[in-house]
Amino acid sequence: MIARRRLLAILAALAAVAVVLAITDGLVELAQATVNGVIAGNYYALGAVGLTLIFGVLRLVNFAHGEFLTLGAYVMVLFSSFDLPLVLAVVLGVVAVAVFSVGLELAVWKPVRRRGVGELQLLLFALGLAFFMRNAIAFVAGPEDRQTGADVTTAWHLGEVIVGRTELIVTVLGIIVIVLIAVALKATSLGKQARALSDSIQLAETTGIDTDRIVAITWAVSGGLAGLAGIFYALPAGTVTPNLGYSLILSIFAAVVVGGIGNAYGALAGGMLIGLTQEWATLVIEPSVKVAVGFAMLILVLLVRPEGLFGAARTVDR
Amino acid sequence: MTGLLAVSLHFLVNGDFWINVGVLATTYGIFALGIQLNVGTTGIVNFGQAGFMAVGSYAMGILVVRYEVSFWWAMLLGIPVAIAAALLVGLPSLRLRYDYFAISTLAFSEIVRYLADNWDGLTGGNLGLFGYTDTWTDASARIDAWLEKIGIGQRFLLPLLVVNLALLLLLTALVALLVRSPWGRVLNAIREDEDAARALGKNTFAYKLQSLSVAAALAAIGGYMLAINISILSPQNFDPILTAYGFVIVILGGLGSYLGVIVGSFFLIFMLEATRYVELPLSDARVAAVRFMIVGAVLMALVVFRPQGLFGKSEELALRAR
Repeated sequence: MIARRRLLAILAALAAVAVVLAITDGLVELAQATVNGVIAGNYYALGAVGLTLIFGVLRLVNFAHGEFLTLGAYVMVLFSSFDLPLVLAVVLGVVAVAVFSVGLELAVWKPVRRRGVGELQLLLFALGLAFFMRNAIAFVAGPEDRQTGADVTTAWHLGEVIVGRTELIVTVLGIIVIVLIAVALKATSLGKQARALSDSIQLAETTGIDTDRIVAITWAVSGGLAGLAGIFYALPAGTVTPNLGYSLILSIFAAVVVGGIGNAYGALAGGMLIGLTQEWATLVIEPSVKVAVGFAMLILVLLVRPEGLFGAARTVDR
Repeated sequence: MTGLLAVSLHFLVNGDFWINVGVLATTYGIFALGIQLNVGTTGIVNFGQAGFMAVGSYAMGILVVRYEVSFWWAMLLGIPVAIAAALLVGLPSLRLRYDYFAISTLAFSEIVRYLADNWDGLTGGNLGLFGYTDTWTDASARIDAWLEKIGIGQRFLLPLLVVNLALLLLLTALVALLVRSPWGRVLNAIREDEDAARALGKNTFAYKLQSLSVAAALAAIGGYMLAINISILSPQNFDPILTAYGFVIVILGGLGSYLGVIVGSFFLIFMLEATRYVELPLSDARVAAVRFMIVGAVLMALVVFRPQGLFGKSEELALRAR
């Protein structure tokens, strides 16, 4: 009940900002910025939900999550360069990152946790892994931009608002995936077990949940969604660079924190909120600094409500 | 075979190689001193040290180039600017759990880089900020004349190395003394058990804020050294990989060990610079990628296999996170 009231308050605040922007900048500009915001919010949300799930289940801040996005986009580019249909290349990209992510858990994360390393060590390990992966991708793929082969020129005009064809397709697909994840978390036994694990791993174990299995599945979901986010970012952009995921990861962190770290629904909503805020901000400020708006929002939320806009207070021990 | 080896190891007897290693190692050493104070002594995970370095060095550069403040005054004024940034970041986020704090400091560091990249009128943006080195060039010439008297003049960057080395030793001694003072003992207590320190009536939040401020001031000083060395400030000089370098240095030298910071920084920079002389049949971009991969791999291996560092004592083994 409280959560619903808070959600309504946030929606009311968004509507108020929208009215102000519509008056100051015009309805068309606002509509275009809103469309752009939903497009961005879509891949932020997909990236954020995996990051937050891993935090929820393992208490791990995976700084290498951005590199999963990059990896997905590159695998997709690789397969589409073999003249496979784009849809198949996308699916293979997602599967590849999911498999890689589980492999990393089995080969690296699990043994590292078994050694009983502390929280700070895990944090630094993730930071090291992020730099290693990003540069390993840069080493293999080379520094030059890669073309995705997707159609980035066809655009549709909805009144005076312009949407790219590929943008629209990936956004609709992305929103479908987001809804499916939300439903899966709510209704499936797997989703319930994952949420139980993020509440308390010991408690989940004593109730007979196979934690190893859930952890592996969470990595697969987290990796697969990150791969999809990277691909959905790359397709409308038309090019892939080794810095793709890195350029998005802090906005994704912002989405996670705004949504309440560990809260999957919050991450989905937080992703959309960050996307909208950044694009609306371009109406007021220089568009090139819009990313900084996401970070500013992150710090603002930490200041007034560190447990996130949607989370319960217990997720943060001060 | 021997010919190849002779060529590839020749840099070791090249004085300029060692001067370059020294200049970089002293720069990163002072930068990492702040990380050591935060992480090793206070137990706060500062991932934004590169951002404080950027704030300090840009403040100095902007004051000299845009406002014609003298170089020495600008350096003096850059420190309070960096401290102000530390307060700005620390006040909202130091009350948070360590992982939230790590994320917000990293976010701060990236905001600074975005602003430096886009605020062209002030920072020069991508083209960089330059023209602040004239005063240093004169000072360098005077130091060089003095070095000439003892027979080691006319070496590029040697005057900078002399100044940097003196500053590193001075500041390391100063911070080590601070850590042994009653103030430093409170920081140590916060790392060990913040609740206990608070129960003893210490305002731990204020102490953590002070620790972060001192780190930011050190980052600013390291930033001046970097700025003089590269003579053009541009946003890509302040990538968060710098902060990763700092953590590698601190863990290599041993968490909480201030002598370790000096050893760790020389060790890391020597390794990184020496790899430049390994002849690889690769493009420059790929060689750069390999160097960063090595830094990432070393950081991962260190925290897992040798968290006490290369030179740390085994009883210092536990990395404590608050």
